[in-house]
Amino acid sequence: MRHRLAVALLILCAGLALSPTALAQEGEALRGTLRGPDDKPVQGVKITVTEDGKQVGEAETSASGRWEIELPGPGTYDVSVDVDSLPEGLQLRQEGGETLSDVSVQPDQQRTVIFPLTTPGAGGAGGTGGPSPPPGAGEQDGGGVSGSLGRVAQLLVDGVKFGVIIAISAIGLSLIFGTAGLINFAHGEMVTLGAVVAFLFSTAAAGPGIQLIPAALLAVIVGGLAGGAMERGLWRPLRGRGTGRIQLFIISIGLSLLLRHVILVLYGAQPNSYADYTLQRALRFGPVSITPRDLIVVVLSFLALIGVGLMLQRTRIGKAMRAVSDNRDLAEASGIDVSRVILVVWVMGGMLAALGGVFYGLIEIVSWDMGFNLLLFMFAGVILGGLGTAYGAMVGSLVIGLIAQLSTLYFSVELQFAWALAVLILVLLVRPQGIFGRAERIG
Amino acid sequence: MDFSVILGDALRGAISSDAAAYALMAIGLNIHFGYTGLLNFGQVGFMLVGAYGVAITVTTFGGSLWLGVVVGVACAVVLALALGIPTLRLRADYLAITTIAAGEILRYVYRSGYTEPLTGGVFGLQGFADEFYAINPLPPGRYGIGRVVFSERGLWILLVGWGLVVLATLVVYLLMQSPWGRVIRSIRENEDVARSLGKNVFGYKMQSLVLGGVLGALGGMVFVISTQSAHPDGYNPVVTFNLYALLVLGGAGTVFGPVLGSVIFWFLSVFLDSFLRQAIELGFVPATILAPAEVGAVRFALVGLGLMLLMAYRPAGILGDRRELALDVR
Repeated sequence: MRHRLAVALLILCAGLALSPTALAQEGEALRGTLRGPDDKPVQGVKITVTEDGKQVGEAETSASGRWEIELPGPGTYDVSVDVDSLPEGLQLRQEGGETLSDVSVQPDQQRTVIFPLTTPGAGGAGGTGGPSPPPGAGEQDGGGVSGSLGRVAQLLVDGVKFGVIIAISAIGLSLIFGTAGLINFAHGEMVTLGAVVAFLFSTAAAGPGIQLIPAALLAVIVGGLAGGAMERGLWRPLRGRGTGRIQLFIISIGLSLLLRHVILVLYGAQPNSYADYTLQRALRFGPVSITPRDLIVVVLSFLALIGVGLMLQRTRIGKAMRAVSDNRDLAEASGIDVSRVILVVWVMGGMLAALGGVFYGLIEIVSWDMGFNLLLFMFAGVILGGLGTAYGAMVGSLVIGLIAQLSTLYFSVELQFAWALAVLILVLLVRPQGIFGRAERIG
Repeated sequence: MDFSVILGDALRGAISSDAAAYALMAIGLNIHFGYTGLLNFGQVGFMLVGAYGVAITVTTFGGSLWLGVVVGVACAVVLALALGIPTLRLRADYLAITTIAAGEILRYVYRSGYTEPLTGGVFGLQGFADEFYAINPLPPGRYGIGRVVFSERGLWILLVGWGLVVLATLVVYLLMQSPWGRVIRSIRENEDVARSLGKNVFGYKMQSLVLGGVLGALGGMVFVISTQSAHPDGYNPVVTFNLYALLVLGGAGTVFGPVLGSVIFWFLSVFLDSFLRQAIELGFVPATILAPAEVGAVRFALVGLGLMLLMAYRPAGILGDRRELALDVR
């Protein structure tokens, strides 16, 4: 039983080639990027373009999987992949899919063509298009053990794994809303920042190449500093100017766009894995299998969650955070330095988001848009649990992770993220204040 | 640096059919955000159903393009109702998150293998607008001055697109002079006042959502008819962010704001694109710092920066009146 789809999408995609890009260029072309399993580029694959049976161009994919064939003019072409040049262990998903016939190209169009690939023997189902593959995709699957109960258990484990990562990333989001009243749309970029900084320190060719654990600690520190810097450099001055809540919200969207694409330029569009802890044999507990790496990620995430909980309950600053969340004016009147509490929340939120990013990059892959893809699930988790509450964010995020995974029992894997978001809308219909939120007027 | 090429590209971008499509969608968003105060971040969803309404009707069911237009508009109305009933009672920021989630759900569904027989899945649908070009009254040839030249097909979609923009602008102008427009704006200023005067606030918001959504769908149709290609991943939340940026730039809550915003937005973004590409080609910018493929990213980063600066320093935009625009109504 292979519930995880070991389907690799061989994608020929033109990245950011949007229409204005096309406007600015002359001539017609077919192009794309060739990716094999786990998003790795495939090199040296021959692609030919023919018009009415006459070859008009051919290309070989480069080390980054890219290829481009310039065309003599607009028209209808046949594009084919040379099956013999594909690496071992890769084949086209559809039989006869090596040739795409009648691809029409408009004047001045640089057209993208997609050939889906699969490993031999994998089920036919479609690729995991969404923002990223489902957690655990491409790992060893449960193998041998069959029966739906075993599958439910495995999905529960996967759901918890995804859920805890949403949870540690989302606590900051919820606390920032609770204390500063800001819906921070740029929170996803703080997640990406953590993952990318850890990558830079540990794996990147230009980096020092230190081991992943100290690199992760450095990333967490950088994340905390970045959170504090954002609060001091941007949000506090804006609040001081009396900028309204909706304006702040839209500014955070602008910040998110800015940071995300700066990261894209600096880091590159290519997803990467950390060098450490990549190939591991899965441990098997009855019907459930999990790699030691993922197990440790889950345990550490839970420890971090418990730590945050203890801090909120026991320490002075934690109590102050809850007090400011609860009623800002009352807290200020009773002598709490609200500005300082908000700053601490930003630093802590930045650190947790960076940690979540490293974990997400570890069980998945490090890419420039990983945080943004996670953002809507953080929002879903936070709203489900009740905006502004830390415990709500934890529970809500776990539920979202479980729903995303368990939905694959009955529905297509491609739609698991859609289900998680649908739950968000359903909750707002039934209980808009969330599970742990206090009933108040939000409409 | 050949600035005549760069300026020519930028001018062509500013009046392109894409700019017309964005202007149409932004006019719709202006009705939501600028006039009614609805923080709709799912405008791209309306664009998607409009675009796919045409594409699916023609490609999958072999229907007429004109039937497709009707289907697309009907889909937008249905989406507005389905989205509005649960969410219009929510506070503005909840509405924003919910609508953005709804747009993403639509994208996931349209690109999934489950709906592939209908929507073409990740491969999308192509070549469905021949009927539109078949009724092109313009004789074949090149039209334009200098580097700003369009083929007869390009000019035809351009004329139709901007014709729709003019029509939509006129409709918005007349509506906002009418009692309906006054109620809508009073909801933006203070919803409780409108309610206490006996107005059905929910009903008015719903009408505003439907009207703006239909304009979003029309924009989506112009967009796909010009490229003859509908591809689900083009309909991501960044499109909505771009619309907000250009709307705030032009002036939210003004009649000409979205049109002006769209023209400037496309002029600047194509200008920047063309400029950077030349700078890289001529070696002014080393390719190690900025590869040609990353030019698009720089554009988006600057859109983000522009949105931040506009919101912080000039939230009323070029045409807007600061007294008129109360962004924080609730």
